[in-house]
Amino acid sequence: MSTLLRPDLAIVAGWIAPGSRVLDLGCGEGELLDYLRREKGVKGYGIEIEDARVVSALRRGLPVIQQDLDAGLRQFGDHSVDTVVLSLTLQAVHFPRDLLLEMLRVGREGIVSFPNMGHWQARWQLGVHGRMPVTDALPHTWYDTPNIHLCTLRDFENLCHENGVRVLQRVVLDDRRRSTWANRLMPNLFGEVALYRCASGA
Amino acid sequence: MPSAIPEDSVGLVTHQDFTVEETLPLECGRSLPGYNLRYECYGTLNADRSNAVLLCHALSGDHHAAGYYQPEDRKPGWWEHLVGPGKPIDSRRFFIVCSNFIGSCKGSTGPASINPETGEPWGLDFPMVTVKDWVRTQAALADHLGIGCWAAVIGGSLGGMQVMQWAMDYPGRLRHAIAIAASPRLTAQNIAFNEVCRQAIMSDPDFHEGRYSHFDTKPRRGLSLARMIGHITYLSDDAMRRKFGRETRGGKSFSFGFDVDFEVESYLRYQGSSFVERFDANSYLYITRALDYFDPAAAFDGSLSAAFASIQAPFLVVSFSTDWRFSPERSREIVQALYAAGVDVSYTEIQAQHGHDSFLLPIPQYMAVLRAYLDRVAEETGA
Repeated sequence: MSTLLRPDLAIVAGWIAPGSRVLDLGCGEGELLDYLRREKGVKGYGIEIEDARVVSALRRGLPVIQQDLDAGLRQFGDHSVDTVVLSLTLQAVHFPRDLLLEMLRVGREGIVSFPNMGHWQARWQLGVHGRMPVTDALPHTWYDTPNIHLCTLRDFENLCHENGVRVLQRVVLDDRRRSTWANRLMPNLFGEVALYRCASGA
Repeated sequence: MPSAIPEDSVGLVTHQDFTVEETLPLECGRSLPGYNLRYECYGTLNADRSNAVLLCHALSGDHHAAGYYQPEDRKPGWWEHLVGPGKPIDSRRFFIVCSNFIGSCKGSTGPASINPETGEPWGLDFPMVTVKDWVRTQAALADHLGIGCWAAVIGGSLGGMQVMQWAMDYPGRLRHAIAIAASPRLTAQNIAFNEVCRQAIMSDPDFHEGRYSHFDTKPRRGLSLARMIGHITYLSDDAMRRKFGRETRGGKSFSFGFDVDFEVESYLRYQGSSFVERFDANSYLYITRALDYFDPAAAFDGSLSAAFASIQAPFLVVSFSTDWRFSPERSREIVQALYAAGVDVSYTEIQAQHGHDSFLLPIPQYMAVLRAYLDRVAEETGA
């Protein structure tokens, strides 16, 4: 079986300590968890709502809990895992702030990634063409998108600041999922996907 | 009767008996002077005995989970949709055992059996049996069959409670646990339903304090009523509406009396009266009591996760959206406690119309979930 991960997931995996406990919110078919369990001896659980994805994750032998993230994480105890991952899903939940804070209650650390609405292509489409952006990272039309809470890097960092969330690490990837000088220099303009490692407390 | 037995059935089966002569101490403090456990097997035990799966049945079920006793049988076993060659619980891969339990009226020792001391049926002198007692006797059956460790123990409803008990009491004797439409304890409402059912039986003039066989009768009305009540709770409001609506029997107009007017009445009466022919009233009392008493958290100050601390086997917990007898919320309590106990737990909530009875039905997502999980179990256990 291939151990190649999508570049953004590879960065997430790199931030997770071997042998630690992980909760992967919106785990999909479980490619990240599968990798973490096999390669890093991580004890992990996935949360997923879609029937077909739950079946795929089960077929992989992953512990997956079918649940709507908008219902919160009440049943998971305080600091019951080391890391809670929310990969490219923040923008699709009803209460992103509540979920972020819940993540940092359940885990000692949280890893969040999301498509950057501040990316120049999005700005160009909205600012120049006057149309809602449709890009590689945001491929849906406005009337048919699961992404209901889009934000920019600056927005997210502001949210963290206002809620006492510490950003421990940030990586920004361009439209080819690379980290380059351009998006390191002007991440909110050239970054298409942003990944943050966070913890609670000032 | 099927004109020919379907290809994907385990086919013709026979039951077997496991008889123990030694005295069995019970959780209630009394004991049974030996007992019989009736069971069925499908498939073949592999050379390293690693592919055995135990099925645990529900309140009114029995050891006949799949297949037919004779080609003329009108109905196959109760889990025919799920158990058979190529089905999610695949008899080509697994050696499948379905065990009855003591207290039942389906061939295992129960209140209708003869008390060796008196030479008469036990009736209400039969000692109270619990889920823990059942699991203990099933473990003895596993010893007898030479099965040190089950690849999986699987059960729905009351069967799901046996699954939890197995995982707690014999953590090293199962590789996987699958608890379907189960509950970590009955709610007050559930106990209330059971009590109404028991009162229906015990207040029947033909009950004779459980000694009805002595009078060559049985509490037909009471048991039938109990079944009718039970049946209402196993279906969802929606399922009943879809199935019966307010249709009158044969489309006739109202009789303006108290005979059967509505289809739903006709259905319930049929369910009640046919149940009387196949089930013993005393067994119904004992088994519902075992359900009431099941509460593993009680011994741990109400902490279910503490009760689950001994569990090693990964769990799959399955619930059904319209099940209000053992609702998804109850299953989530199980999941939460297993998670807190550090057990690998998976959970799926199946969208289904049929309430509690959904666990018996071939709902596509339910089948897909079991198939995916058990394919993995088979790979892991060399089945």
